[in-house]
Amino acid sequence: MEPWKWDLFFGSLPYIARGLLVTVKITLLGSLLAYTLGLLFAVLLRARVPVLHLVLRAFVEAVRSTPLLVQIFVLFWLMPQLTGVKLGAETTGVLALGVHYACYTAEVYRAGIDAVPRGQWEAAAALSLPRSRVWLGVVLPQAVPRVIPALGNYTISMFKEVPLLLAIGVLDVLNRAKEFGADNYRVIEAYTMAGLVFLVLSYPASVLVRRLERRVAHS
Amino acid sequence: MSENFDFLLRTVLKGLPYTAGAAAGGIALAAVLSFAAGLALLSRSRGVRLVSRVYVEGFRGTSEVVQLFWIYFALPVLVGLQLVPLFAGILVLGLNHGAYGAEIVRGAVQSVPRAQVEGAVALGFGPVRRMRRVILPQAVAEMLPPFTNLFIQLLKNTSLLFLIQVPEIFHQGELLRPRFGNELGTIYAILAVLYLVLALLITFVMGRLERVAARRLGRKAAGRNGALAAGKGV
Repeated sequence: MEPWKWDLFFGSLPYIARGLLVTVKITLLGSLLAYTLGLLFAVLLRARVPVLHLVLRAFVEAVRSTPLLVQIFVLFWLMPQLTGVKLGAETTGVLALGVHYACYTAEVYRAGIDAVPRGQWEAAAALSLPRSRVWLGVVLPQAVPRVIPALGNYTISMFKEVPLLLAIGVLDVLNRAKEFGADNYRVIEAYTMAGLVFLVLSYPASVLVRRLERRVAHS
Repeated sequence: MSENFDFLLRTVLKGLPYTAGAAAGGIALAAVLSFAAGLALLSRSRGVRLVSRVYVEGFRGTSEVVQLFWIYFALPVLVGLQLVPLFAGILVLGLNHGAYGAEIVRGAVQSVPRAQVEGAVALGFGPVRRMRRVILPQAVAEMLPPFTNLFIQLLKNTSLLFLIQVPEIFHQGELLRPRFGNELGTIYAILAVLYLVLALLITFVMGRLERVAARRLGRKAAGRNGALAAGKGV
């Protein structure tokens, strides 16, 4: 058997590109969810509402200590039984990745909020600003820019975890490569191309984030 | 539910040796690779640095699932050697997390104060002795907390091996799903508890190691809480 076929290698690209659209879409929507939900978690955890605080803490810990794959399956197979609502595979993916990563970004935001100097809080209190203005006008505008590189890292991480969703049938990069391989009875070229696609996108992105990190650290 | 619970638990537990074995094997391989690649990143030779950089960025830049598929399904065609699923899994877990670990090792070695190195030079220590007696003991204490996170991440990712038919606990749970569809909650709860217990085991062992490393330096393992609270995630 021929060890390597270039025509299959390049032939798999259009196929994989279609999967890439799905992967990127899920990554972007998942990130959006993770960024907003994470911020909400961080602010709520800081507010220390008696019971809610405990519940949220437990939820975050549970999500962080179990595999993402288990969470994807819980959403895909168990949730419909409990709620009667059956979500599509891609929606499940966005939700699973978004909520999973929100539990990590919450920690990132927390660190960013903690880094805002005490004096800022005190000044806001001295001006007797309403609570919403303290957060929206004083604390978050200082905290959020600092955590953007860290959030970027999580988006890159998420991008690389989308292939997990092939377990519930999402046609992402890897699943497309798998299909292409099955059609041609050879997987090596398509899987190599899939790996390359990830590398070509995530390596420059991580270099960019590192540069951003340096800039934030200096300012 | 209760009469089935025993059966569900027993079936899932059959996968425990595989999960534990994959995690232990992966951790061992990842630790070795982390040190080899991490120290290579600091080598004086450009060639050695380059090889290590390519390994680290290559594995950090691609998806772990893609790596798994590549090594299990594609590599055999190239080299004519089919790996046993569990070993393919251990290989991928080790290679992938080793690449992340390499950066931990590099960072920790670089964080050792410059004066320590100069002190060792002044005492006439050669490069090997300097590394073994002065730099590494301090660097290791520094790198243990992030390694704890990395190893827990690795443990959770043993669930990926279900994609190549390793009969680990997640796979066992999947076997039960068609027949026990209305007890999914119980199945997933069992899985969650097992992963949690294994993660606690890793935390416990690493905590012990931290204390040993700190004692060797004549410190108390107090810095540990601070390092964990820093919230290094994935």
